[in-house]
Amino acid sequence: MNVMMLLEMASGAFPHRPAFTDGERGLSYTYSELFEAARLRAGSIQAQGASRMAKLDVSNLGTPLGLFASAWAGVPYVPLNYRLTNDEIEALLKRVTPAYLVTSSDRVDAFGALQDVYAVATDSFLDSAQNLTAIEGEWGMDPDEIAVLLFTSGTTGEPKAAVLRHKHLVSYILSSVEFASAPEEDASLVCVPPYHIAGIAAIMSSVYSGRHVIQLPNFSAERWIELARQHNVTTAFVVPTMLARIVETLEAQGATTADMPYLNSLAYGGGKMPLSVIEKAMTLFPNTDFSNAYGLTETSSTICVLGPDAHREAVASTTETGRRRLVSVGQALPGIEIEIRDDEGQVLGAGERGEIYVRGEQVSGEYEGKGSVVDAEGWFPTRDAGSMDEEGYLFLEGRADDVIVRGGENLSPGEIEDVLLTHSAVADAAVVGVPDDQWGEVVAAAVVAKAGVDIDMQALKDLVKEQLRSSRVPAHMEVWAELPYNETGKLLRRVVKASFLEPL
Amino acid sequence: MPTLKTGGRLKSAVCAGEIMVVTASADDVELSCGGVAMLEAGAEAPAGAEVHPDHAVGIAMGKRYITEDESLEVLCVKAGDGSLAANGQLLLQKDTKQLPKTD
Repeated sequence: MNVMMLLEMASGAFPHRPAFTDGERGLSYTYSELFEAARLRAGSIQAQGASRMAKLDVSNLGTPLGLFASAWAGVPYVPLNYRLTNDEIEALLKRVTPAYLVTSSDRVDAFGALQDVYAVATDSFLDSAQNLTAIEGEWGMDPDEIAVLLFTSGTTGEPKAAVLRHKHLVSYILSSVEFASAPEEDASLVCVPPYHIAGIAAIMSSVYSGRHVIQLPNFSAERWIELARQHNVTTAFVVPTMLARIVETLEAQGATTADMPYLNSLAYGGGKMPLSVIEKAMTLFPNTDFSNAYGLTETSSTICVLGPDAHREAVASTTETGRRRLVSVGQALPGIEIEIRDDEGQVLGAGERGEIYVRGEQVSGEYEGKGSVVDAEGWFPTRDAGSMDEEGYLFLEGRADDVIVRGGENLSPGEIEDVLLTHSAVADAAVVGVPDDQWGEVVAAAVVAKAGVDIDMQALKDLVKEQLRSSRVPAHMEVWAELPYNETGKLLRRVVKASFLEPL
Repeated sequence: MPTLKTGGRLKSAVCAGEIMVVTASADDVELSCGGVAMLEAGAEAPAGAEVHPDHAVGIAMGKRYITEDESLEVLCVKAGDGSLAANGQLLLQKDTKQLPKTD
C-alpha cells in the first residue's frame, strides 16, 4: 500500500489528461508527466540521503510532485506552514532532519544553512534539467510506512506532528473515491493551504478520480471567481470564511447568480458555516450541489459528509429539526463509526452533547514522539464537542476544551452562538468562558453587527434567556468589527478569550 | 504460495493484471488470476501458462473484487484478461456507491 500506487493507476489509465495546473503561473503536468517527474525527484531526494522531504512554499506543481516523490523515495512528506516566523520554521525543520527541503528561492540560503538541511528552490525542483537521476526500482508496499507528517496548528505549546501512514491515506481514498470517476472535462479549484490535511486529500482524491486540479496559491475571492470561470471549474472546496467572501464579492459586483454554469459541486468544511452564508450561497449558485465535510488531520481528512440532497431537504423543510440539519456536518462515511461520549467515557444517546469519538481504517490518532491516543478498541477522541440526532446527523459544538463550566454546569459555546446568530442584527458571534470569582467561569460574548444595524445588547441577552436558560446569558458582551479567524476559517477562540481577559 | 497481507501487491502469471490486497482473512488462501496462482512482484511466471477459459472475464483497473463472505478484498491496480479466484472460487466485483465530492 503506497500513495504512489494512486498516481501509477491514474498515469496508466489516462496518461495524457491534465493533472495539475498552477493557476497563477500557468504551468501544467499531465498524469504521465507527473509520474515520470516523481521518479526523477525521488532519485534526487534519495541521492541526498534525506530521511524526510519538507516543503515550505505556497501551492504549486512542487506540491503534488513533492508528495508523490517522497512516497516513491520512502521518506515522509512534511509540508510546512510558510506563514510561520523564521524561528518557528527553524524549530520545526530541526525536528525532521536530515531533510530535503524545497522552498521559495528567497528562503534557500537561510534554511539551507541549517545542519542536515539540504535546501533547493522550488524552481530547481521543478526543472527537469536539474533532476536527472531516476530512483531505481519500485516504491515500498509496507502499509505501515509513514506517508505524511503534518504539524498541527496547536493553540498552545509546541506543535504536534500528526503521523499519517500509507494505510490511512490509501484507505481514505479507497473508501471515498471511485477510481477514474471524473469525466475528462472535470476541473477542481484547490485553494486550501498545502500544509493542511484538506490540501493533501485534494491531491490524492483528484488523482484517483482523474480530475484536473487548478491551484490557487493565495486565496482572494476575486481571483477564485476569475479562475473558476476561466477554467470552467466543475468542483471546489472552500472553508467558511472563503465562501463568505465569495458571496460578499458576488453581491458587491451586483450579481444575482454566480455565472459559473460548469460548477456542479461546491464542498466546504474546516469550521462552522454561518446559516446566512450558506443560504445566500445556495441562492447565488442555484445549480450547484453543496456538501459539508467534517474531518481532522488525525483522521486523514473527511469522516462525515452532509451531501447535496440533505442540503436541499433541509432548506425545504418546514420543521425546526429539518432546517437545523443545514448546520450539521452530516453522516459518517462508509467504514467510519462515530460515538458521542461523556467525561466518564459513557456513550451518550441521540441529542446529548459530549465529546466526538471516531473509529475507522483512515484514523491515525498518532503523533510523532508521543505515540497513539487511540484506545484499545480503536477509538480516537477528537477533542471536538458535538451531538448526533436520531438519524446519525452530527452537530459540532466547538472544541471539548472550549466548554464553559459555570457553577458546575457545563455550557456549550456553540449552543449560545447559535441563538445569538438567529437575531436579525447579528452577523457573527463568538462565545467564550472567562474567569469569575463567584461562578468559576461565566459566559462572555463578542458579536458583530450586520452592516448599518445597531446591536441592542439587552435584547440579545433576553433572547438567550428565552431560548436557553439564565445561566447561558452572557455576563460580558462586546460589539466587535469582526471576529478573529485563522486562514482556514477556524475561529480563534483563544484570541477572543484573551481580549476579554485584558483589563478594561 | 505468496501469503496475502493487507497492502501487499501481486501480479498475474498469465496476463498483465496486478492487484493490491485491501483486506485479507487469516485463512490460507491461494489467489489466482486466469486460473493460475498469482506471483509476488519480481517472481518468474511458470513457462507456458495461459489464461484458463473458465477464468477469462478479465479485471478492470480500480475495480474491487471480493469473496462471497467478504473475507478477502482486492483492488485491481492493472487491468488484465484473467479473472480472479480464491482457492478456485471466482471473486465477485464489488459494488461501490458514489459519494459526494468533498475535496
